[in-house]
Amino acid sequence: MTASTVERPQLPKTEEAARIRPKRRITGGGLLHAYTWVIIAWLVVPIAVMIAFGFNDTPGRYNQTWDGFTFKWYGRLFEYPDLTSALITSLVIAIVSSLLAGALGTGIGYALGRYRFTGSGSLNLIMFATMSSPELIMGASLLSLFVSAGAGLGPITITIAHVMFSISFVAVVVRARVMTLDRSIEEAASDLGATGWVTFWKVTFPIILPAVFSGVLLAFALSIDDFIVTAFTAGTTKTFPIWIWGATRVGIPPQVNVMGTLIFAVGVLGAVIANIRSSRQGKRA
Amino acid sequence: MSASNMSDPTLLRGLTQRRFGRRDALRLSGLAGLGAALAACGVQGQGTQAPPSAEPDAVAKFWNGKVKNGTLNFANWPLYMDPKRPELKKFTAKTGIKVNYQEVIQEMGPWFAKVQPQLSAGQSIGYDLMVITNSFQFTQFRDSGFLAPLDHSKLPNYAKNVAAAYKKEAFDPGNAYSIPWASGMTGIAYDENKTGKITKLADLWDNPALKGKVGMFSDIQELANFGLLKIGVDPAKSTADDWERAAGELRKQKDAGLVRNYYDQSYVEALGSGEVWATQAWSGDIFQKNISDGTNFKFIIPEEGGTIWTDNFAIPITAKNPVDAITAMDFFYETANASTLAEFISYVCPVPSAQADMRSRAAKLTGEDKDALLALANSKLVFPTAAEYAKLHYYVSFEATSEQQKFQKTFEPIVLG
Amino acid sequence: MSRVKRQIAPYLLVLPGGIWLLIFFAVPMVAMLSLSLQEGDIVSGYRFTGHWQTYTEAISAYQTQIYRSLIYGGIATVALIVLAFPVAYWIAFYGGRRKPTYLFLVLLPFFVSFVLRTISWRQILTDEGPLLHPLREAGLIGQSFHILGTPFAVIAGLVYNFLPFMVLPIYVALERIDPRVVEAARDLYANPATTFRRVIFPLALPGVFAGVLMTFVPASSDFVNSEVLGSSETTMIGQVIQAQFLDNSDYPTASALSFVLMFVLLIGVFTYARILGTEDVMKVAAR
Repeated sequence: MTASTVERPQLPKTEEAARIRPKRRITGGGLLHAYTWVIIAWLVVPIAVMIAFGFNDTPGRYNQTWDGFTFKWYGRLFEYPDLTSALITSLVIAIVSSLLAGALGTGIGYALGRYRFTGSGSLNLIMFATMSSPELIMGASLLSLFVSAGAGLGPITITIAHVMFSISFVAVVVRARVMTLDRSIEEAASDLGATGWVTFWKVTFPIILPAVFSGVLLAFALSIDDFIVTAFTAGTTKTFPIWIWGATRVGIPPQVNVMGTLIFAVGVLGAVIANIRSSRQGKRA
Repeated sequence: MSASNMSDPTLLRGLTQRRFGRRDALRLSGLAGLGAALAACGVQGQGTQAPPSAEPDAVAKFWNGKVKNGTLNFANWPLYMDPKRPELKKFTAKTGIKVNYQEVIQEMGPWFAKVQPQLSAGQSIGYDLMVITNSFQFTQFRDSGFLAPLDHSKLPNYAKNVAAAYKKEAFDPGNAYSIPWASGMTGIAYDENKTGKITKLADLWDNPALKGKVGMFSDIQELANFGLLKIGVDPAKSTADDWERAAGELRKQKDAGLVRNYYDQSYVEALGSGEVWATQAWSGDIFQKNISDGTNFKFIIPEEGGTIWTDNFAIPITAKNPVDAITAMDFFYETANASTLAEFISYVCPVPSAQADMRSRAAKLTGEDKDALLALANSKLVFPTAAEYAKLHYYVSFEATSEQQKFQKTFEPIVLG
Repeated sequence: MSRVKRQIAPYLLVLPGGIWLLIFFAVPMVAMLSLSLQEGDIVSGYRFTGHWQTYTEAISAYQTQIYRSLIYGGIATVALIVLAFPVAYWIAFYGGRRKPTYLFLVLLPFFVSFVLRTISWRQILTDEGPLLHPLREAGLIGQSFHILGTPFAVIAGLVYNFLPFMVLPIYVALERIDPRVVEAARDLYANPATTFRRVIFPLALPGVFAGVLMTFVPASSDFVNSEVLGSSETTMIGQVIQAQFLDNSDYPTASALSFVLMFVLLIGVFTYARILGTEDVMKVAAR
């Protein structure tokens, strides 16, 4: 969302205004409006249920029927040491893998956006393949590799897998930014005597930094929510989604709903703040 | 995936723009050349097959020079101990051994698949003690030489307190590699308000009122057991021929529209939510469900018979802290510890003396707590009588992998639909 | 920057990430291919023997699940286009200044874990749950009526979980349409329906194409929705592959099935691109 203001199709302001309010209304706008809200409501229903059942005063471990309102699960959030450690594992893996994917993906994205070189076609193809292959196949093939190599599964193999599927997303975001970069700024820097290296760090990098940041955030989000690839590469390690998956069989404690709610709240809050900041920046520019 | 990023048009454009042609596809196929090297190698298995029972000097060979390290990594199934871990706290206070207890085991197949690579490579799996069921995978663990032979001189409480029945279980004669953690029965659980009284397996086959309201297990062995018992065959003595007939019987039940679904552990939720009214079930779950949610589901061993299974302590051969592990195993055979453990998990307790301990503890309580504990102490599901044991059968046991695969292929299509 | 440096620079930048993708994306595919041609069992290990019959055996044993997955994925994709297009259309043309807000609302589910969302649906749709219980009490549905465990529940779950992936690309395509083109059509006396059919929809096709790519492939290979919302009657090939890999350790069968699935999906995607006229679609997309 951060880059959204930067990346609008370049249209003169007046025409953009014209597009927002078409001169002649296409019929059925009102109906479509209502329809859109129905779909949004449908999308939100399970989230509402998840949040609500975090406040359910259920007596046992089967959080199924509504038994009254309580805050107690928020106080007893860390009651299941396994659940807590699964959440921590997820966070650590997400941080490490998003930073690694950020570094590796930025290199690829920058090179693809800036240079023409042999091999870029193959690279693009592999990136396209990693983004469009079924996660199931990626997970299964990684497992094949690891069992063939006799490597034990654990946090390291999960991280390897997460970096793998995140690199391309980071690269795509960075490439798009690099391609729209105004080269004259860099030229000005070198005209003023800056070396290539200095120009990169002092001029180019700060400009593409928001895109890199977006990419890292995306990688983080992909990692922390990943279930399918992780299921194949986790071995005995438990991440947050894997723990929940296991718990579906024995009853999901309300703490899971609470953690889900908190993650949701933090995510939404973060996105809203980022959006406000970027729209302010957009106005200033 | 985060919304903030997905709505980023940069990314979307990147995703929608990418075009590639046949030449790119050809380039990718060029990568296949890498395969030549890989084709040469295979997945390493455990080549040497250990004998079914430990060689006389194997025990000494394994335990020689092993000492207490003060740490224990314990892998168990979910909800198999009070979440506050009172027994482990007591254990640490008594022995000074710190316990890292993880609920990482959910099914035997996946567990074996997960740890097999490390064990084959002679690496630690990160756990010194694990609880594994007497399923086919137990045989795989044992025959692959993945289990440490037990030094029974380190298990005095076990020798003193274990119920005699557990000393001669077919899957591990003489408890060479394992001792029970808890055991349980597979029977029928039902909601009496909706179904009336259920006493036999036949009710799950031909009671029209139960149409679409019967739950069966998706676990192939458990499912097959009920099919075999229905046709009057003892699972432990069944032949490939019996399997075919049992599969036919289960198919009949399915075609008649009685079965709502084939469940894993989630059957408890299905029973609780009214999705099924009668279901194949494990004894302890129903007890826990009733206690924790105030429901009143019934659990019975069908007239045709039920099965008994045992979840067992075992030490992986690559354990770093085996002495700490075996100390913990014996600790759980002290009557008081077995008693509090059984109180939480409500499965069959392998320590008979725990019953008296439970009763005396109940005597000190009042009100609901007292009733609940007394009910547990007197429950035939936790402390079965000899008559109950007589109705229980052991699982099908397999001599070879090929036999197990045949078994799998016979019953799998029923579950897959 | 010197010439040599300029020539080496892109390779240095690409190298670490490229190697990572090669080792952990491309090589595993080869490892899986190798595995699918091996024989043995988990205890004694697997050896490469070139035993291709695993493929024919796996296909004949699990063809029902393969067909079912493609049908579910296909129905879900069609439903997604039908459901998502109007939403994307309305946001793109009527969203005004609130466009980002609407998009944000459409994306809200992504802030909750995939597994958790699906489990939440199970809680809603269960036989005695908040939806069906009142209807049954009111006598509107029969005693044995249920949603969970049916193909409908699984497909609805797929549609729910992948909806944002269809809305977004269509939205991006519609958003890019130059309003002058639409105005021109009107000036030439095209009625709204014709304008939509002849101008707007063709221009939105690249978005639909991207949306189909982003939904059909993951939906057909999904195993979470069927596992949580379905029953044995809705078993999809993803569940079979997952079980063969993780429960039974039957790596050759699992690998062979993975390849079959990948192959079928690739064929599906390419045929689809052919029918639509790949070149045109790609050209518009690349515009």
